[in-house]
Amino acid sequence: MPPRKKDPQKRTTVPVLPPVARSRAALGLGVMAAQGRFGLQVCADCDAVQYPPRDACHRCLSDDLPWRDVDPSGRVLAETTIRVSPEPYFRARMPWRMGAVQLQAGPMMNCHLHGEVGRGDAVRMALKLDRAGQGVLVALPMKGSETMQDDPVLRAMSSDPKHRRVLITDARAPVAMALVQALLAAGAVHVVVGEPEAWRAWPERAAFEGMEQVSLLPLDVTDVSSVQTLAAEIGGKVDILINTASFTRPGGVMGRDTVFARDAFEVNTLGLMRLAQGFGPGMAARAQDGADAAVCFVNILSVQALVPDASFGAYGASQAAARSIGQSLRAEFAASGMRVMHLYVGPVETDPWVEPLPPPKVTPAAMARALVGGLVDGLEEVVCGDIARDVYARWQADALLLEREMKGTGA
Amino acid sequence: MTLTSDVARALAQGDARIVDLTHTLDPDFPVIVLPPEFGQCARFRMEEVSAYDHRGPAWKWHNLTLNEHTGTHFDAPIHWISGKDVPNGAVDEIDPSAFVGPVVVIDCSDGAARDDDFELTPQIIEAWEADHGRIPADAWVLMRTDWSKRRGAAYLNMAEDGPHSPGPTPGAVELLLERDIRGFGTETVGTDAGQGAHYVPPYPAHYLLHGAGKFGLQCLCNLDQLPPTGALLIAPPLKIKGGTGSPLRVLAMVVS
Repeated sequence: MPPRKKDPQKRTTVPVLPPVARSRAALGLGVMAAQGRFGLQVCADCDAVQYPPRDACHRCLSDDLPWRDVDPSGRVLAETTIRVSPEPYFRARMPWRMGAVQLQAGPMMNCHLHGEVGRGDAVRMALKLDRAGQGVLVALPMKGSETMQDDPVLRAMSSDPKHRRVLITDARAPVAMALVQALLAAGAVHVVVGEPEAWRAWPERAAFEGMEQVSLLPLDVTDVSSVQTLAAEIGGKVDILINTASFTRPGGVMGRDTVFARDAFEVNTLGLMRLAQGFGPGMAARAQDGADAAVCFVNILSVQALVPDASFGAYGASQAAARSIGQSLRAEFAASGMRVMHLYVGPVETDPWVEPLPPPKVTPAAMARALVGGLVDGLEEVVCGDIARDVYARWQADALLLEREMKGTGA
Repeated sequence: MTLTSDVARALAQGDARIVDLTHTLDPDFPVIVLPPEFGQCARFRMEEVSAYDHRGPAWKWHNLTLNEHTGTHFDAPIHWISGKDVPNGAVDEIDPSAFVGPVVVIDCSDGAARDDDFELTPQIIEAWEADHGRIPADAWVLMRTDWSKRRGAAYLNMAEDGPHSPGPTPGAVELLLERDIRGFGTETVGTDAGQGAHYVPPYPAHYLLHGAGKFGLQCLCNLDQLPPTGALLIAPPLKIKGGTGSPLRVLAMVVS
């Protein structure tokens, strides 16, 4: 059932957060959860899997404890229902079920229980970001029901588009239609798609017109008055914002042009900032506005945000700056529980500016699938396509080495 | 009494009036769209610097971003390759007396209503001269099409084979140059037809006029309020160093 409309005589629920404080070692749980990975510290010397995260191995006292993906299988040993809590976040959500799970990989862990699991059940453990942005453990059913995502524990940790209203900022983006379709299939109740420069005819417009639950409204991320007007009009009804506006032109740094570079920054960087200024405060204020609260601000980035391809120098710079803005936005949203998700992609199949590049390229449908999947899973970092995954992994492993590889000095 | 005081009195008494031929500078006003690999005309953008607030307590002002050729604008000779060596061809170098002068209006609105690609031809100019007399030397010539009344995508009227809007043929421009006009103005986004790239020479109004040191005006409006002859055009561009053109307020003084 979709959530009921709220009582306009009641104050919108003020966001409160679950406990935030973590040790530096425990922040690693959030790093894993943000990427949708189930990973724990695994001792490099004796292979013991650690939980909770710590600074020295519980078996051999080694301090070499890299995070590794771990088999999530386990069994619920015990469960309990918490009915009283001093924490305002949980007081508003009582009763709350917790359990103890024996992980096959070794450790026993206290965790949140999905509604479909109980004592004795085989479970798969997941690391999820809670509204404080911290990684927490949730025991999920091995094979859940079709409505398992509606479980209040999961719903509180995901950015699920089901029952939500979504703003896609640029209808002209190659991914826009695929996104609309994927969001509606995932249960979004209404998708607003921004249309920049309606005075410039575009034949693809016809496909959006007359779609059920879809509205085209004027929005140009380069125009502050346009962003402010739409934010004033519908800002209180945007639960998920997906920024698809993007400007790509080839060209390095030393070429004579800064006009294209300025356009790239106007759209990719400052446009993002205008959207954050226009829609961010309203979304943050509604971050706990019931089951269809505002949840997520999504920006689609090229992997050039991580390491530039010099033949797209200015574009890469604008992407890196946009990623940086997203990171600051994460910090600014932290108090509300609003999430910022980055979707990293490599060259896109239908993008005319990367047409000469060889495959593999990512299709709009694959991007939409990855993006909606990331929302359902409540992620912050989603990487789509072979090229983006490869670059992202190399960047995580050694950013300076990757820079040298991208420069073309590797064999 | 002096001539200027006569003019002032005529305006005050309503014997003469000012017609504004300028569109409002608005972020949504169309600009010319070129193939995307070319540099593009900046759209008009306005960002608030302060508005009687912590950024400036007693004042409101904006930063503007725009191209020399955004909105109702003036084209100087150096705008085009053919005019790059024209002496005093930049907006800051043009003799300011060129900014006030006589204007004639050729009404092509019936034809443009019937045909998006309506052409101003030498025959139409000669027929106009048969009715109104020879176009005087050093006059502005404006092509009225009522195109300024179009809104949204109908203004550029872009199709898959490019924009479709009225404009002059190369022969018409050559005839205007024989008349030694001061400049040529239109209601469309450029002085050339939407399909003007396909003439020989391409973009004849730009190529021929600017090559001959003449000026252009485009994105004009309210041409339907001007008489065929007898009005005075006031069109001073901003004094931009080396400027190839400029957004401007275009006014016409008309005897009532």
